[in-house]
Amino acid sequence: MSKPKIAFFDFTSCEGCQLNKLNLENDLLDLLELVDIVEFREAMDDKADEYDIAFIEGSISTPTCITRIHDIRRRTKILVALGACAVQGGINAIKNQHSADWVKETVYGEDKYLFPSIPVQPISAVVKVDYEVRGCPMSTPEFLHVLKSLILNRKPEIFDHAVCVECKLKENECVLDKGMFCLGPITRAGCDAICPTFGQYCTGCRGVVSNINKNGAVEMLKQHGFSTKEALNRMKMFCTLELE
Amino acid sequence: MRKNLDIDVHHLTRVEGHGNIVVNMKEGVLEKAQLEIVEAPRFFEAILKGRNFHEVAIITSRICGICSLGHQLTSLKATEDALGLDITRQTELLRRILVDGATFQSNTLHSLFLAAPDYLDVGSVFPLINTHKDVVLAALRLKRIANEIGELISGRAVHPIACVPGGFTQIPSAKNLLALKNKLVNEAIPDAEFIVDVIASLVEKIPVFSRETEYISVKSEKEYGLYDGDIYSSDSGSYKVNQYLEITNEFVVPHSSGKHAKFNRSSYMVGALARFNNSHNQLNPLAKAAAEKLGLKAPNYNPYMNTIAQVVEIAHCIASSIELIDTLLDEGLKNEKPNQEPTKYGRGFGLTEVPRGILFHDYTYNKQGKIEKVNCVIPTGQNLANIDDDMKKLVPEIIEETKEQITHKLEMLVRAYDPCISCSVHVLNVEFIE
Repeated sequence: MSKPKIAFFDFTSCEGCQLNKLNLENDLLDLLELVDIVEFREAMDDKADEYDIAFIEGSISTPTCITRIHDIRRRTKILVALGACAVQGGINAIKNQHSADWVKETVYGEDKYLFPSIPVQPISAVVKVDYEVRGCPMSTPEFLHVLKSLILNRKPEIFDHAVCVECKLKENECVLDKGMFCLGPITRAGCDAICPTFGQYCTGCRGVVSNINKNGAVEMLKQHGFSTKEALNRMKMFCTLELE
Repeated sequence: MRKNLDIDVHHLTRVEGHGNIVVNMKEGVLEKAQLEIVEAPRFFEAILKGRNFHEVAIITSRICGICSLGHQLTSLKATEDALGLDITRQTELLRRILVDGATFQSNTLHSLFLAAPDYLDVGSVFPLINTHKDVVLAALRLKRIANEIGELISGRAVHPIACVPGGFTQIPSAKNLLALKNKLVNEAIPDAEFIVDVIASLVEKIPVFSRETEYISVKSEKEYGLYDGDIYSSDSGSYKVNQYLEITNEFVVPHSSGKHAKFNRSSYMVGALARFNNSHNQLNPLAKAAAEKLGLKAPNYNPYMNTIAQVVEIAHCIASSIELIDTLLDEGLKNEKPNQEPTKYGRGFGLTEVPRGILFHDYTYNKQGKIEKVNCVIPTGQNLANIDDDMKKLVPEIIEETKEQITHKLEMLVRAYDPCISCSVHVLNVEFIE
């Protein structure tokens, strides 16, 4: 069997997910034995016409993004969304909470008509997404899991339980009990509860679990001293579109 | 002599973000030589409005994946200045190690993985795995150790976790710091020395070009300016951080969604070469030895040598982080909690040298500890006018070469600045319009 051709593309994002792949220093050479990277603008000059797997980082936020993503979808057999911006809109989507006009004026002032921008959307709002790797930045073990599964022609396992489960397995002290804010109870696992493990609260970067009880989550945060407004505002940091 | 030239490099490769190089010459007159910035805007100023001080650095680190640590620390400095949050010496030492680690990491990625393929006439680092495997492996090891600095102290190399206003959520153990130090001494120094020799043998491949400009960087009396200090211009001396707007003077140009900047001349340069030109005397011995081997002497007016200055800084940051870890271990690690009780509310400033140059964050907080106004001035934005000025001087000098050679030299020029195009447009205009 010939090596699968894989390609990486970036849309509206910080390119941190792509950087995270380059941070796989110990696995990079092994990985290159298994796949052919045919397009990766951030790291190489080459371009290709078609791919077996296209990995997409970033959100849709300009008219050009829509044309580009349709073009990539036509050229690829499998499309994988990488990271919070691509999967659920992420930080970019906070701007959707405000009126489009206010946002543009705030940033560009009188030049607001120079730069076209549309409401932020995840990749799946425009084209079919076959698989996703969540997180901000995307989790690299999960990326490797998805890539390995696809090479082996298997369906990757996707988590749909809360970060709290992983946090308990790590035997961390409960972040909420420490008096801090935390979104562990409603956020999808898969990160190994890395933020609580480093003493920080869960910011919800992986998006919410599919059976979220939104009112229950707000109620829980209220019991820990956060107002409804503050709770909702902070829940939406990475999840504006999922909590609409 | 060539009278007409049309170059249009769409989405330049091996740089962070989306930029096009456009050059037009008609009848011997250079009509256009510019870097167009076509990155999609992300509206960070609007996103930050109303967020409380715990959330701000989490969001600003997402301006850029490559300089996430730099954005985060500069953001924390501005927040701490605005809210009157003092930090301890231990916090400062840990942050200094992180800045060394991030500069080491980013300079390694750029100089060895993105720029070096040009010196060997290949389009990416991947073919070099077969032809120069020992060099690629050494470069990968260096990048891994650099990332381990960030992972140990801040939890993650991209979008750090443990750095918060007033300190750290978690302090690394002495045992792990010592193991990191030993790795830096026993593995990173020999690998860096090997890489310096390799790059020294390739320096002749760097295009010959010279254009003196104004060099602006952080400068400190105590040390090579990276983590903290004053703003310094090679033309007119030192300024305090709260005077940054007098220096950056940003302005909009039609061909770029990232603003341009100028101070005493039509443009100025920031980044490794600016730092080297302004602070070379304060480099540590390992870095001075590297500079000598690489033939880099201050002042150097060739922007292509920015990549070489980055290699010199790799050596500097390795030696400096070893020294800082020693200091921390000598003084003994304390299990400190971050200081998050504001003593005032108002405006605060932060500056740091990030790998691509001097970065400013400027915040105003209201009495509820929520953000009212934000301004960030990004290194790549400050370099854009300088890149255009370089291209205007360079194109006529190389006009007799083939179009492919001219295009390649222009691509290498832009790449030498290690532009972080996402950053340069993610934060554009200055103030909220109320």
